[in-house]
Amino acid sequence: MLKDITIGQYFPGNSVIHRLDPRFKIIITGVFIAMLFTADNFIGLGIGMVFLLVSFLLSQIPFKLMLKSLKPIIPIIIFTSILNLFFLDGVVLFKLGFIKVTYEGLRTSAFMIIRIVALIMGSSLLTYTTSPITLTDAIERLLSPLKKLKFPVHELAMMMTIALRFIPTLIEETDKIMSAQKARGADMESGSLLQRAKALTPILIPLFVSAFRRAEELALAMECRCYQGGDGRTRLRQLHSTGTDFFALGISIVFFDIIILMNCFLG
Amino acid sequence: MSVIKTENLTYTYSIGTPFEKTAVDNVNLEIEEGALVGIIGHTGSGKSTLIQHFNGLVKPTSGKIYVDGQDIWAKETKLRDIRFKVGLVFQYPEYQIFEETVYKDIAFGPKNMGLPDEEIDRRIKETAELVGLHKENLYKSPFELSGGQKRRVAIAGVMAMEPKVLILDEPTAGLDPKGRDKILSQIKEYHQQKKSTVLLVSHSMEDVAKFADKILVMNKAQLFCYDDTPEVFKRAGELSNMGLAVPQITRVFNRLKQSGIDIRTDVYTTEFARKTILEYLEKRGGERA
Ligand SMILES: Nc1ncnc2c1ncn2[C@@H]1O[C@H](COP(=O)(O)OP(=O)(O)OP(=O)(O)O)[C@@H](O)[C@H]1O
Ligand SMILES: [Mg+2]
Repeated sequence: MLKDITIGQYFPGNSVIHRLDPRFKIIITGVFIAMLFTADNFIGLGIGMVFLLVSFLLSQIPFKLMLKSLKPIIPIIIFTSILNLFFLDGVVLFKLGFIKVTYEGLRTSAFMIIRIVALIMGSSLLTYTTSPITLTDAIERLLSPLKKLKFPVHELAMMMTIALRFIPTLIEETDKIMSAQKARGADMESGSLLQRAKALTPILIPLFVSAFRRAEELALAMECRCYQGGDGRTRLRQLHSTGTDFFALGISIVFFDIIILMNCFLG
Repeated sequence: MSVIKTENLTYTYSIGTPFEKTAVDNVNLEIEEGALVGIIGHTGSGKSTLIQHFNGLVKPTSGKIYVDGQDIWAKETKLRDIRFKVGLVFQYPEYQIFEETVYKDIAFGPKNMGLPDEEIDRRIKETAELVGLHKENLYKSPFELSGGQKRRVAIAGVMAMEPKVLILDEPTAGLDPKGRDKILSQIKEYHQQKKSTVLLVSHSMEDVAKFADKILVMNKAQLFCYDDTPEVFKRAGELSNMGLAVPQITRVFNRLKQSGIDIRTDVYTTEFARKTILEYLEKRGGERA
């Protein structure tokens, strides 16, 4: 169950996409999301999907893994599309008792599904091809102008690094604690909602205890190594942008423009 | 009849990703009822993964597991019943403690089994005494106890379920030598009192040598051997090549043999070593006279 969580998971590789400068990858992902939400006709969306598909093929990430990242959001997709499908007023396509399906409803839910799926796939592509450390490094660099406004950019990045670093650890820990309680006969799969909520106590308490213990240990270890924030700190990995990065950004902007043009002519 | 039996048991982690790793590779095994088994192997050799199969926490990628002759992944088998039959104490079990008092935490397992309160009470008192927890500690918060005491609480929590098979994953990790010996002898005591099958994973050959009747050696995800303790230690050379430190006393006897002294090498406890040396000296004395 917990193994299905792939958000923030890195899939090592050496494809063109993997090698792109992470700062550019973040910006391109931003441009891509903008594409999805500006496109207001199917051709525009289709072009966005082509862009996604090409990047995806270039990244050499197995298709199965992509599907896995979609699995947790299936309920959300189904729920929103049902709402849209049945409860939007407009031209009635067909009627079955009190259920009626309208053209607008059909169109909106199709749009919604494509947008959500593309959004998740696009952002998973970013995390699949960029290691968490590089990702936060890039975010720190992108946000660094905010330092002038006394915004704690370094601290924010450090918090993100630590959070990302500990997601797998906590998942593993939860898995372990769950196994240990199951071994003592804990029953988490049956019973009423209340019983199931109660059955979580044996998992949550040890999990919190260990999370606080880890936080304390980490803080201590950082202090022992004289960590004192971002001022004057140099970095092990320097980020370098190359021609490929600018080329990739250029292409995504071209795609974005095409979609805007589509909107003007077909909208 | 064997209590635990595996057939071509194989388990692979993260199948279909670059992190794919076979942790248990085609293991065929039969563990007899009432055996006291030590499980050893290098770090990452698949010991923990193997034992988690025995109570159905991990579903094998392929192969079968029988507990008491019952295929545990067959449709009609209730896994929860298997878990009451095969008790598993995890590595660092103190991190699973959650109740307000030690008493309640030990009661968690027996309560899940649906036992009557008097029976639960009897079992808690009995196991607490067995693992050396004082009565006044029973009503304290487990989080006030020392690491070693917490470990005892967690072990008692599984023992109180009185499983037919008790499996412990490195119950002595991180304890001082005295505490280690104590826990081991308490486990042995439990084995003798309850006549149950006990499997114990350990990194220490010395501990296993002192403790177990039979030894199961895992090597690189495969079963290297499963045999009576003396038989296993006869293969000291192979074990050393695997990177497993054989008991010091066994190494001494192997060296003696290498330097041309005609002495047996399946020695792994100090007591038996004394006997062997005396026997040898007597024999040699006889030859001289
Ligand atoms: N949750 C997991 N996901 C992926 N791989 C794992 C996982 N748990 C264990 N492994 C891998 O499986 C192999 C066997 O691990 P296992 O924990 O069974 O070894 P072990 O013999 O118990 O080692 P140790 O003596 O250190 O406890 C190791 O190579 C490990 O890296
Ligand atoms: Mg282990």
